[in-house]
Amino acid sequence: MNKELKIFAVVAAFTLALYYGVEPYAHSQMHKHVEGHGLVYDGKADIEAAKDEKVKAKKEAFWADVKKISELKGDAVAGEATFGMCAGCHMDGAANMGGVTPPSLDHAGVLYDKNYLIALIKDPAMASNVDHKYPNGTMTHPMGSISSMVSAPQDIANVVAYLKEKKAGHVTPREAFKEACGRCHANRYGKLTQLGELPKTKSNIATGKDIDRMKYDQKVAEEQAAVAAYMGKLPPDLSIMIRARGEHFMHTFIENPQSQLAGTAMPRVGLNHEGMEKVMEFLEETGDPSAPARAMAGPWVIGFFIIFTILAYLWKSSLWRDLH
Amino acid sequence: MARIENAKSIGEWLDQRIAIETLKKVMQTEYWIPKNINFLWAMGMVLAATFGILLVSGIFLLMYYNPSVDLAFDSVNYTIMTEVGYGWLWRHIHGVGASLVFLIIYIHMFTGIYYGSYKKGRELIWLSGMLLFVLFSAEAFSGYMLPWGQMSYWAGMVITNLFSGGSLEAYGLVEWIRGDYVPGQAFLTRFFMLHVLLMPLMIIGAIVFHFGTLRIPHVNNQDGEDFDYAEAAELYKAGRVKESKVIPFSPVFLSKDVFVMGVYFILFFFLVFYKFEFAMDPVNFDPANGLSTPAHIYPEWYFLWSYEILRPFSKDIGLIAFAIAQVIFFTLPFLDRSPNVAPANRRGLFNVWFWLLLVDVLLLTFMGKLPPTDATFASIGAFSAYLFFALWIVLPIITKFEKKL
Repeated sequence: MNKELKIFAVVAAFTLALYYGVEPYAHSQMHKHVEGHGLVYDGKADIEAAKDEKVKAKKEAFWADVKKISELKGDAVAGEATFGMCAGCHMDGAANMGGVTPPSLDHAGVLYDKNYLIALIKDPAMASNVDHKYPNGTMTHPMGSISSMVSAPQDIANVVAYLKEKKAGHVTPREAFKEACGRCHANRYGKLTQLGELPKTKSNIATGKDIDRMKYDQKVAEEQAAVAAYMGKLPPDLSIMIRARGEHFMHTFIENPQSQLAGTAMPRVGLNHEGMEKVMEFLEETGDPSAPARAMAGPWVIGFFIIFTILAYLWKSSLWRDLH
Repeated sequence: MARIENAKSIGEWLDQRIAIETLKKVMQTEYWIPKNINFLWAMGMVLAATFGILLVSGIFLLMYYNPSVDLAFDSVNYTIMTEVGYGWLWRHIHGVGASLVFLIIYIHMFTGIYYGSYKKGRELIWLSGMLLFVLFSAEAFSGYMLPWGQMSYWAGMVITNLFSGGSLEAYGLVEWIRGDYVPGQAFLTRFFMLHVLLMPLMIIGAIVFHFGTLRIPHVNNQDGEDFDYAEAAELYKAGRVKESKVIPFSPVFLSKDVFVMGVYFILFFFLVFYKFEFAMDPVNFDPANGLSTPAHIYPEWYFLWSYEILRPFSKDIGLIAFAIAQVIFFTLPFLDRSPNVAPANRRGLFNVWFWLLLVDVLLLTFMGKLPPTDATFASIGAFSAYLFFALWIVLPIITKFEKKL
């Protein structure tokens, strides 16, 4: 028996070394490791990454202004009035504008960071760290016209105060995904398209054709074409992206897409801790739907095999007892 | 016709028709296995059980899998994982099983090498075992194509490209294998056929053959001892089991097998429920896309050592080295010139050879997955590949001069 245990130890040691080499170690060497920055949006990473001195100076000035505005005390009541300007585009059933449909801001106060919102109103391209896409000035961003509507520091502070106070409330993981990611990214396993919830439609009994679905599919195709033209390619479906990239990659990528994929057209969306948690929860739900079932069944199956092994050992002992 | 009388039991009825009593004796109660063995001798039955699990889980997956380039990915990742009751369980079992079957095959192989179980008289056991290794490799590769993810597509692209033969530029052959210029519908459907029909059929045939080759030379034992099986069997049947060097396959040997299987299944299902990621490469969760090559393309862990042998050389030499590495293990019974049947630790230099080979294959495996752009990894990989061939070249020499035990 003692000898068997020694042999087992050798086999186990080699197996574990093999596992370590081809899994944790290999993966640590294959991808560059990017540290997150705690969902703080102060432009530090953007300034560090800027290669051109002029761009760097511009970014420094921009984020210094953002810091100043964030120190102002915002007035939510005054902000509500100013928000009327925003609601012209950010409304239910909004149409695609310049490549992308303006998102619903129903939960903007819970999902997004305060500094980020300030920066976004001040200069959307700078805030979302895609200013490199607009060589003719960041005001050519689809939301660039905001500067002609809301530009005074106090106005910005007021609108953000309004969002933080009134556009808050409980948000589900699904809503978080739809508002923060869903206008560019479909999630077909979660039955979401770039236009939102996949509608329930019925086939015509006589022809077997689902005309409403066909019409909807056409609308989605048109929306996708507009997004693809704006972004350079159609942003990928995120159904099981969490399995393909892993949690750490997704977290740091969403926090600052440029850190993982320099030059990407994907904007930074400015999620705060709660927003990130909700979005990740939804990605886990559609990417790994069997997690709850696994947690339920796992202990039973393993328990069964432990009992099986004990019984097998007793059987074996009874047969081998008299052999030596 | 044989004389058939009214049977008093089902057993008797069957015995009159298919000699079930004789069959039971030949296959079980009087199939003699040496007593002097350890748990590594159970790996054969562990492999048979794992193959059974792969077959059953595969049948369930086959009911929902859709071998079309448009639907394959979603039929695996959505239909089976979400809509089919316990579909996820069958998929995890199938994926983890495919990986573990190779772990056990390697343990089984290196056990055979260590104890000299391929020596004179047992060559066919080794050769049929190696044939199974090749068939399992083809089965694993064809199965890997089926989810039609990025790694399926690009692994299929890279491996079928090998058939162009380097400077021979035999692209016609590559297109013939693919049925298209690039992997597409024809490619997926034929690998589907290979995976669910031709390969399993051949594997089942080879398993039967492998079992058959054991019968006459008998299973080796821990000391490589040669003894008179007929005499030992008589002793056992006479009740002198302590003196006898053999045990019957069933139930005595089997009881130990079942215990070892139990331990193995605890590990197996631990992996299925809590640690399955190692068997499902993240890159394959991106749908196949012929316009976007993944940053790193690498095979599953069990092919990494031979993949690494391909890498350090120039195109043509690499292909030749790769081809040799695929078949070199077949030649073991003929390159080992020593008549000694004994565990490696009693065989002098062969012991050094065995452990060097094991460590070298492990090193090749590690380097096979690491990015070759790193100079250190690349030189360790090249060194390991040279060492691999050096080991096979010196094998006949060191065994020729091995002291006779």
